[in-house]
Amino acid sequence: MAMTATVGHAHADPHHIGVVVEHPGPASKRIVTAYGFWVFLLSDIVMFSCFFAAYAVLVSQTADGPKGSEIFEQRNVAIETVCLLLSSFTCGMASIAADVRNRFWFYLGMAVTCVLGLIFLAIEFKEFADLVARGYGPSRSAFLTAFFSLVGCHGLHVSAGVLWLLTMMAQVFAKGFRADVLRRMMCFALFWHALDIIWVGVFSVVYLLGSGV
Amino acid sequence: MLGKLDWSAIPFDQPIPLIAGGVVLVGILAVLIWVVVKGYLPYLWHEWITSVDHKRIGVMYILLASVMLLRGGSDAIMMRIQQAIAYQSQGYLPPEHYNQIFSAHGTIMIFFVAMPFVIGLMNLVVPLQLGVRDVAFPTLNSVGFWLTATGALLVNLSLVIGEFARTGWLAFPPLSELSYSPGVGVDYYAWSLQISGVGTLVAGINLVTTVLKLRTKGMNYLRMPMFCWTTLASNLLIVAAFPILTATLAMLLLDRYLGFHFFTNEAGGNVMMFMNLIWAWGHPEVYILVLPAFGIFSEVVSTFSGKALFGYRSMVLATMAICVISFMVWLHHFFTMGAGPDVNAIFGIASMIIAVPTGVKIYNWLFTMYGGRIRFATPMLWAVGFMVTFIIGGLTGVLVAVPPADFMLHNSMFLVAHFHNVIIGGVLFGAFAGFEYWFPKAFGFRLDERWGKLAFWFTFTGFYITFVPLYVAGMLGMTRRMQHYDVAEWQPWMIVAAVGMAVLSIGVICQIMQLVVSIRNREALRDRTGDPWDGRSLEWATSSPPPVFNFAFHPDVRGEDAYWDMKIAAQQQSLEHDVPEYHDIEMPRNSPTGFVCAFFATIMGFALIWHIWWMVILGGIGAFATFVVFAWRDHDEYVIPAAEVAAIDRINLEERRSLVSMAGAI
Ligand code: HEM
Ligand SMILES: [Cu+2]
Repeated sequence: MAMTATVGHAHADPHHIGVVVEHPGPASKRIVTAYGFWVFLLSDIVMFSCFFAAYAVLVSQTADGPKGSEIFEQRNVAIETVCLLLSSFTCGMASIAADVRNRFWFYLGMAVTCVLGLIFLAIEFKEFADLVARGYGPSRSAFLTAFFSLVGCHGLHVSAGVLWLLTMMAQVFAKGFRADVLRRMMCFALFWHALDIIWVGVFSVVYLLGSGV
Repeated sequence: MLGKLDWSAIPFDQPIPLIAGGVVLVGILAVLIWVVVKGYLPYLWHEWITSVDHKRIGVMYILLASVMLLRGGSDAIMMRIQQAIAYQSQGYLPPEHYNQIFSAHGTIMIFFVAMPFVIGLMNLVVPLQLGVRDVAFPTLNSVGFWLTATGALLVNLSLVIGEFARTGWLAFPPLSELSYSPGVGVDYYAWSLQISGVGTLVAGINLVTTVLKLRTKGMNYLRMPMFCWTTLASNLLIVAAFPILTATLAMLLLDRYLGFHFFTNEAGGNVMMFMNLIWAWGHPEVYILVLPAFGIFSEVVSTFSGKALFGYRSMVLATMAICVISFMVWLHHFFTMGAGPDVNAIFGIASMIIAVPTGVKIYNWLFTMYGGRIRFATPMLWAVGFMVTFIIGGLTGVLVAVPPADFMLHNSMFLVAHFHNVIIGGVLFGAFAGFEYWFPKAFGFRLDERWGKLAFWFTFTGFYITFVPLYVAGMLGMTRRMQHYDVAEWQPWMIVAAVGMAVLSIGVICQIMQLVVSIRNREALRDRTGDPWDGRSLEWATSSPPPVFNFAFHPDVRGEDAYWDMKIAAQQQSLEHDVPEYHDIEMPRNSPTGFVCAFFATIMGFALIWHIWWMVILGGIGAFATFVVFAWRDHDEYVIPAAEVAAIDRINLEERRSLVSMAGAI
């Protein structure tokens, strides 16, 4: 049936490359939203890659200041990593709970995600504060500039994520699992997982490689 | 309390910016008062400012670009006059003022003329060509526009409050670092680009998603009009490149505000990193601008030749090839900075490779015209003028892509001539072609042809008289950005260039006249058919201006040149139509989100420039609150009942039947 319709129109396949798969029309809102958000995430990752590149260029420019191996504390970083990876899991649980419209598990999942995110931020903040207190702030050397910016940029994203998370909880509380709220929840989950992926990069490039130097 | 802001920020001792600013201020006030007194404010607010309709937003983008074109153009006139008289004299502009002018000129022309113009045209046309009702994210679209407007506003503010950067349009460090530029000029530059950059990114995401996910039934990739393809390519580049600009400017700002050391001379900072980053954005940027123009020319050439585009598939391939290659050649912008012969050779060759797909495009346009029934309406004039001009610009581009040649020509007037050659002959001519071509679609009446043709011829000749001398001056060794000079043989060329600028300005005046005359005669110029040029793609299938919902039904596309096929089919089927069954249509509601966001962004940007920290926090909270309020709304759509859709659509169908029967009778 579809074939005859296609053949009937002389213009349908002017280059005779065979069967044309007909495009069914505009995608659903859910797909459009998720797609657009993916595109945004990709652009965000491009932005991060600039900070990664800057770090790679400046890592040895310590200007007689400390090197990475002198200031990184593996134990803290390990706790941070565990918190963040675990929070991705709990965020996933919250997403599933939202999909099956279960408020209790949704709130629980989001609350745990929030707490884990806050612990992560607290550890990072303490690390930064300690460094600054020892005179190793970002203006000490180009290496520290790049380090603070890259890690700090990720931290800023996590902070924004926490704000968004709280807003999501409030929205579910006020409006229930409406279609638009669910779409936003999907975007939030994508965002949170993306932060995880970026952290794996930060963790490897900054802390693991850096401690060896 | 007010940070660095005090009375010394107002340049009382400099008459030119003060008078210019004063005139503009009086103008704005007059317009505002006129709007309020006439009672147009509610209309403006409901129909334009809060509109999320892609057509309205597109028109507002183009309006912004046109106004800023006049601003950037005044800067150009000032520079040309200065260089014409500044032989062995100071000229009439103090050096630091001249430096601000060329920086502002470049910044404004790229970010607030070329960008909004092409984004506006894409916004206006692409959903129509795709046969859909709106872009993917209508409210976000409005946010993007208003953030761009915020950037433009900040740049103009710098004219009267404070100063603008003196660093050129790319603010190279270490000159742009705090130690060499302690004033607020670079901060104005960075924050206005940062804010408008977010707006551009938003528009890019929106249009990529629109093209990829919102096509009408049957609109396969290989049936999309060329303009949609180039829009896709251009916006993919935006999504990939603008975050680089954001990151780079963020680093520069961190250096300036918090004493970081990304690009400083001290503590291990690395200036070459800035060069790499900024050109990794900057080179794709020129293709972001020119690709949509290529798309416009494709549409215009095929419509006014009465033929399908020649080599459609090779055009698609060429477009995507340019999209990819443009990301791999950034280093040709600093051949002279010591990367070494091997690296230079590789990037030189890579740069020249772009000439191949571009050449493919030129030949395709020529073959489209070959054997066609060509009508030289104004858009077609711009297209043909473009082809001639762009070939010259492209050839000189290949020339500067040869590293040894570039060592001679780097930072010379030759370079200035080259990039104006491609950017005016390519982007601006494209924007004008698109403006003339789609104006009847947007407003329902044509533009006056006589004034349009005059505008073309003055601009075209003016362009050559202005920029050919710059090629010569470059060959004679004149470098760019000179406030004054001592070489006698340069001056004649500078005088000729200034004369050319005058001719160019007549072109601009003609274009303004064209608008005035056309608006006055709009009844006579009215286009009732919705298809004034005998077009080939779907935007011509709906009325002019289109109803908010664009199409009562998603059109069913069966081939390239969707609307052309429909017209042929309608003629063959002797116009018998079943009366279609109409349905309710849901459309997004208007929203002040974009405007309010931009309001807070302006406050925040201004406060950041002047270090007024409490105001920064206030603006930030305001912006966040706006988003939450927006996210909280319960009804984001309204319904247009089927009966109303039917009433609107019937008129369009009637007009169209009479059009088809007329064409059939011929
Ligand atoms: C209408 C005629 C125009 C004239 C006469 C003109 C004139 C000039 C001149 C004299 C300079 C060099 C300043 C210097 O280096 O001393 C310049 C720079 C520049 N122009 Fe234009 N311009 C025109 C239009 C445009 C347009 C339409 C664009 C872009 C859409 C543009 C983009 C630029 C850029 C990016 C620079 C570099 C600024 C810098 O050196 O940092 N110009 N223009
Ligand atoms: Cu380039």
